[in-house]
Amino acid sequence: MDIQENKSTLNVVPRNNDKIKKIWKTALILLAITAAEFVMAFTMPRGIILYVLFMALTIWKAKYIIMQFMHLGDEVKPLIYSILVPIAFLFWLIIVLIKEGSDIFNMRWF
Amino acid sequence: MSAHSTAIGVSSKRGVWGGGNEPLKASYGKLMMWFFLLSDIFTFAAFLITYLAIRVSYPAYAGPATEFVGSNEYWPIPELVFDAIPFVHGVHAPLVFVGIMTFILIASSVTMVLAVEAGHRNDRNDVVKWMLWTLVGGITFLSCQAWEWSHFIHGSENGVVLNYINGISQNVTETVFGANLLVNEYGPASFANLFFFITGFHGFHVTIGVILLFMVFYQAAVGVYDRRGHYEMVEKVGLYWHFVDLVWVFVFTLFYLI
Repeated sequence: MDIQENKSTLNVVPRNNDKIKKIWKTALILLAITAAEFVMAFTMPRGIILYVLFMALTIWKAKYIIMQFMHLGDEVKPLIYSILVPIAFLFWLIIVLIKEGSDIFNMRWF
Repeated sequence: MSAHSTAIGVSSKRGVWGGGNEPLKASYGKLMMWFFLLSDIFTFAAFLITYLAIRVSYPAYAGPATEFVGSNEYWPIPELVFDAIPFVHGVHAPLVFVGIMTFILIASSVTMVLAVEAGHRNDRNDVVKWMLWTLVGGITFLSCQAWEWSHFIHGSENGVVLNYINGISQNVTETVFGANLLVNEYGPASFANLFFFITGFHGFHVTIGVILLFMVFYQAAVGVYDRRGHYEMVEKVGLYWHFVDLVWVFVFTLFYLI
């Protein structure tokens, strides 16, 4: 048995340049959004508008990572929904805890 | 009755489970990785939303940025806390280093997805090449984070005079350098605690990821996946690695931008 032999036994499919181009394009979008966030951090006044913009851009980036890089967009619909729908629970947690935090703020400082 | 359900043991397709079916058109390993990641999303989301809750319970720093000094009375401006870069002393370079870290992690995510793509084509040389780049990216990110932590812990040259309750319940006023779990020169104690806990938990995930990346790199290089007949392991570890990148995107926004 020639264990030392380490050659490929599978059929190697040649590169599909369209697919690879799409990956690099997604990467470019991610880098562009991050760069935009950077510029905004230094040029825009701090406040609720800026924070909402940051969160929107972050979720936009997350969409690209999940759908393109993790290929969730290529899975069947029930799988997509079984991952994305449970995340809806988090919206309630966000609302509740931010309310709680601002109530603590009011109790503590006023 | 569908024709597929009777095909037990006939199909050699890798996605088919023990019952001869392929639920959700995904292999068992991939599906379980997705559900693990869903549970991890909840863990990280709980931490990050806690950060938000504690963040809004403190007043933000209101004065002009040029006169900023750390205090445990208000939440600091992140770009004035994280403004150092390695090897250059005393330069004010806000968010530059963490920006570089973000680019490194996104780049390693890109090389990972290229490795997964090569795995679909059974192209061992490409898988090994891109896995190696991903590994380099992961290790570089971890090293950057080690520096970031070390700088955060040691703090600035002059420190900040703070009034706080120390470890033996005494109310003291003294110059504080850097950060620990009790007090820090940047902001309220929770600021450093949340930073250590959340970036630490993320760094722990990256460490596990680097170990998995090395395993896949090694197994691909010695031909384990060729003998197995498919490169699905690259895909599963790839999912985990992208998740680590995904979490960092949120950590970056919440800790460094907001």
